[in-house]
Amino acid sequence: MKALCWEGVSDIRYQTVPDPKIEHGRDAIVKVSSTAICGSDLHLFNGFIPGMEAGDVIGHEFMGEVMEVGKDNKKLKVGDRVVVPFTICCGECEQCLSSNFSVCERSNRNKGLAEKVFGHSPAGLFGYTHLTGGYPGGQAEYVRVPYADVAPIKVPSSLTDDQVLFLSDIFPTGWQAAVQCDIQPTDTVAVWGAGPVGQFCIRSAVLLGAKKIVAIDRLDDRLSMAKAGGADEIINFEKEDVFERLKDLTDGNGPEKCIDAVGLEAHATASFDSVIDRAKQALMLESDRPHVLRQMIMACRPAGVLSVPGVYGGFIDHMPMGAFMNKALTMRTGQTHVSRWSDDLLRRIEEGQIDPSFVITHKVSLEEGPEMYKTFREKSHGCVKVVMQPGGVN
Amino acid sequence: MLMIKAVARAMDYIPSSSDKSARNLARRLGWFSVALGALQLAAPHRFARALDFRGGEPVIAAFGVREIATGVGLLAARDPAPFVWGRVAGDALDLVALANGFFDSRRRGVVLLALGSVAAVTAVDLICAQTLSADNKRRDDTPPDYADRTGLPKAVDQMRGVAAMNGQMPRGMRAVPWNAHAGEART
Ligand SMILES: NC(=O)c1ccc[n+]([C@@H]2O[C@H](COP(=O)([O-])OP(=O)(O)OC[C@H]3O[C@@H](n4cnc5c(N)ncnc54)[C@H](O)[C@@H]3O)[C@@H](O)[C@H]2O)c1
Ligand SMILES: [Zn+2]
Ligand SMILES: [Zn+2]
Repeated sequence: MKALCWEGVSDIRYQTVPDPKIEHGRDAIVKVSSTAICGSDLHLFNGFIPGMEAGDVIGHEFMGEVMEVGKDNKKLKVGDRVVVPFTICCGECEQCLSSNFSVCERSNRNKGLAEKVFGHSPAGLFGYTHLTGGYPGGQAEYVRVPYADVAPIKVPSSLTDDQVLFLSDIFPTGWQAAVQCDIQPTDTVAVWGAGPVGQFCIRSAVLLGAKKIVAIDRLDDRLSMAKAGGADEIINFEKEDVFERLKDLTDGNGPEKCIDAVGLEAHATASFDSVIDRAKQALMLESDRPHVLRQMIMACRPAGVLSVPGVYGGFIDHMPMGAFMNKALTMRTGQTHVSRWSDDLLRRIEEGQIDPSFVITHKVSLEEGPEMYKTFREKSHGCVKVVMQPGGVN
Repeated sequence: MLMIKAVARAMDYIPSSSDKSARNLARRLGWFSVALGALQLAAPHRFARALDFRGGEPVIAAFGVREIATGVGLLAARDPAPFVWGRVAGDALDLVALANGFFDSRRRGVVLLALGSVAAVTAVDLICAQTLSADNKRRDDTPPDYADRTGLPKAVDQMRGVAAMNGQMPRGMRAVPWNAHAGEART
C-alpha cells in the first residue's frame, strides 16, 4: 500500500510499504477515506520529538471503512464506518476505567523506553514515535487498529467525513482543553495559538459559556477565523504586547483561564527568550521552546488555571516557577483522553451545535502529502488544516 | 531590584518594544552590523591587540567594511532577508578567521570569548534569516479572510453557554472556585 513515511527531519515521502495485517484478536484493519495533518505531526517533521525512525508511517487523525476484524472483536463489523481516536486504549486497565485514556497502562508496547524518558509510560499513539509504541499511522491507505473494540467511533452516514474526521483528535483536544479550565460565566479565557487546536478551543469555550475569549497569534487569516468562531478580542503578538493587552482587557486582573494551543515550537523571533530558546534548541541544550508557558504564568490571574493541550517533548529552562507557585495557579495537561468525549461530541455534531469542517482549508490526495507538510509548516496559502484522501479527492 | 527588572525585561515578561516581527529583529541586527563595522574600521589595531592577532589590522578593517556594507544594505533594503543571510555568511568568515588566529595568539582566552560571542550572534542571525524567508513565502500570497468560517450554526452570542457544565464537571477537572462552586466548598 501507499503511505506517508517519515524519512528524517523535513523529509516526508509518499511511498510503498507492506500492507498491515491483523496481529491480535481485538484488532481491525481500516481502509482510510480521510486523514489530516496535525500540528503534532509538524513537531515530528521538524525533528523536535525523539524516537522517530526512518521509514515510520506517520499520521494520527484518520477515519475510514472497516475491512477486516480480529476474531475476538465483538464491537466492529466489516463495512462499518469509523473515526479512530489517536490515543490507543485497552479499555480495561485502571487508567482506562477512570477515563484517563491517554495514559492507558497497556497500549504502549514500548513502555520501557517511555519510562526512561517520562518516569511512567503514557498510552500508545498512532504514527507518533517509538516512545509511544511505534504504531504505524493513519496517513496511509490502510491502518491496523489495535484494541479496535474500544475507541473507534461508529459514525452515521448522514454526516460527511469532513464533519466527523476531527473527532479523532483536534475537536476533543480543543474541547478537553476548555473543559479542564472549568469555565465559569464570569471567566475571560485567553487562547495562545489560533491553529486548528486553538480554533476548537475557542468554539468550545463559547459553548461552555465563557464571558470573554481572547485569541493570540500573528497570522491574520487564522485570527480572522478565530474571530468568526467567537474570539471577542484578538492580539497579534508581533504587533502588540500580549501581557499588557491582556491586562487592559481584564480590568488589570489577567485572564482567569489560559490555554496553550501552541506547544514546543513557539515562534522563534518574537521575543528575546524565544530567540535564546531556539538557539539552545539548535545546540541541543534545551529540547522545547516554552515561551507561551512562561507568558501564561505571568499573565494569568492568581488562582487561575493554565490548560496545556500544546505538546511538549522534553526539557525546558527558565520556568517562572516562583510566579506559578506564589500565584496559586493550576496547570492541567495531557494528550487528549479522546474516548472520554466521543459520544458527547458526536451528539453535538449531529444536533448541529458545531460543524467541525469549518477548519479545513486544503483538501488533497494523499500523494500530495509531502508538499502539504511544507505548506502547513509555512502556514502559506492561508493553510489552517489539511485533509488528505488516499486515491484522490472525491 | 534593577537587576531583576533588567532580567525580566530581557526575558520579555514585561513590555518592551511593541514591534516583535522578524523584520524588526533584522533592523536591530543591521544597526549592530554598522556599529561593529565602524569600530573595526576606526580602530583595527585595538581589536588586533586585544586578540593578539599581530599584523591582522588590514583583515579586521576589511571585515569592518563588510559589516558596514551588510548593515547599510540591510537597513535600506525593502527585503532584509538576503542581507541577514549575508550576515550568516559573514559570521562564518569571522569564525574561520578567529579559529585560524587561535593557535598563534598569546591571548587565547580572549579569542575563545570572541568565538563564543560570534557563535551566539550567528545563531540569532540564522534564526532571523530563516523566519524572514518563511515570512516572505507567506507574503507572496494574499492572506484569505476567514470571517465566514464560524463552525457554529447561529450567532456566537446565541451559542454562548449551550454546553455550560453548571458545576457538573467531569472527574478531576474542577478548578479552584471564584464563585460558582463557592457554596460547595463548605459542604
Ligand atoms: N494534547 C493533545 O492531545 C494534542 C492534540 C493535537 C495537537 N496538539 C498540539 O497542539 C499544538 C497546536 O496544534 P495545531 O495543529 O493547532 O498547530 P499549528 O502549528 O497549526 O498552530 C500553532 C499556532 O501557534 C501560533 N504561535 C506560535 N508561537 C506563538 C506565540 N508565541 N504566541 C501565540 N501563538 C503562537 C502559530 O502562529 C500557529 O498559528 C501543537 O503543539 C500540537 O502538537 C496536542
Ligand atoms: Zn493531532
Ligand atoms: Zn488501558
